[in-house]
Amino acid sequence: MDKLELKELYDRFRDPATIKALAYEIDKEAQNLKESINIMEVCGGHTHTIMKYGLKQLLPKSINFIHGPGCPVCIMPKERIDHAYILSMQDDVILATLGDMIKVPGSRGSLQDARSLGADVRFVYSPLDIIKIAKENPDKKVIFFAIGFETTTPMSAALLQHTIDRGIKNILFHINHVTVPEVMKELIDSRDIHIDSYNNKIDAFIGPSHVSVIAGAKIYQPFPTKYNRPVVVSGFEPVDVMEGVLMLIKQFNQNRCELEIQYKRSVTIEGNTNAQKLIDKFFTKRELFKWRGLGNIPYSALRLKDEYKEYDAEEIYADILPIEEIEDHKLCICGDILRGIATPNECQVFGTACKPSSPLGSCMVSSEGACSAYYKYGSIIS
Amino acid sequence: MCLSIPSKVVSIDKDRCTAIVDTIGVQREVGIDFIEKEVKVGDFVLIHIGFAMNIISQEDALESIKVYQEILQKMDEEERRQAIIDGDNCSG
Ligand code: SF4
Repeated sequence: MDKLELKELYDRFRDPATIKALAYEIDKEAQNLKESINIMEVCGGHTHTIMKYGLKQLLPKSINFIHGPGCPVCIMPKERIDHAYILSMQDDVILATLGDMIKVPGSRGSLQDARSLGADVRFVYSPLDIIKIAKENPDKKVIFFAIGFETTTPMSAALLQHTIDRGIKNILFHINHVTVPEVMKELIDSRDIHIDSYNNKIDAFIGPSHVSVIAGAKIYQPFPTKYNRPVVVSGFEPVDVMEGVLMLIKQFNQNRCELEIQYKRSVTIEGNTNAQKLIDKFFTKRELFKWRGLGNIPYSALRLKDEYKEYDAEEIYADILPIEEIEDHKLCICGDILRGIATPNECQVFGTACKPSSPLGSCMVSSEGACSAYYKYGSIIS
Repeated sequence: MCLSIPSKVVSIDKDRCTAIVDTIGVQREVGIDFIEKEVKVGDFVLIHIGFAMNIISQEDALESIKVYQEILQKMDEEERRQAIIDGDNCSG
């Protein structure tokens, strides 16, 4: 990021006139489309930008957004939340986590509920805060319930590196890191294999910039080449998203199918190699990982390598952590939403039995979830 | 990556791979594991979830700090700290 103009970011990337100008250009370009196109914005952050700025309403009918599964809290199955709950209830454990995780209900309740029953659950802004907690509580084990896509994985790796370097003995990890390309492949494959039941019709993808700041844009290369779906890696401001859409439509009109970067301000093809090296040092792929609503997806998540077992809470507490599958609430259609075949307002209990204050499903809890976006910005959704 | 306020590096602890940074008057410790160039005291960096991710030019940093300062001046101490930290954690 050599040229960073934050002042202009504010002015330029949220400027209504620029957004409108882009909408006009998109409209003009879209008139040449042979058929309408469905663009999946993989990341929940993009879903929120689209809803908050009413971008969908600015686009011609031939352009549809499909909301994707890129919300780390939404895709966390109840089994894993139960793990966090059980660990937090151990007498000598402090459980630390990031983000909205604390509010998501598992089968026994949320971490917030555990806390009200006396569990020591801490919300941290930075994984490095855990070092301080561990030092202040030498007689406790501090377990980091690590969640997130490629954006937060290097921070967990760095915490482990710091833990080892400083000889700290009371920090453990429960790793739930997931990876974006594998779930994108799953969404395409499930469409191609079960064309009737999972007809999510994804024609193109908008990839999130923060993932590629770490992992590089290169992780999406198979989509244009192998799966015939173009990808544009885009930033999170409304102008970034609109520009990403325009770049995709131009590809269709020009018969191109490529990987392009809209967010050149900080995304490169290679990404941050220091972060990638640290991830490779400590983590290996899980053969299978169950995603909430999506089921088991091969090689879509990470775990600690065997040599770091002594830091792995999943190994150490294996005898108290159940592995049985748990069903989601019968009325919740988060799975279909994450798969891109339903929108939140198709859910029977949306806004009635399920609200941010009393969520039934994780898509309503997380600030990045599609249901929460529809609830929050519902008044501008047609 | 999200809008994050540039932070100035105040001191570096190479052994621990951390630095103390100052974000418009708020000081905190961040990891410097991922910075690809060597970071020096006085450099401006962008923070993402507790880690410095890249160094930015002084010119750009000062320009954007000026804008943030105007916004942040209107907040009290606690709000200011919260706003600064939130800025680093969005869409994490
Ligand atoms: S509105 Fe609630 S119950 Fe319905 S799909 Fe969304 S999270 Fe699930």
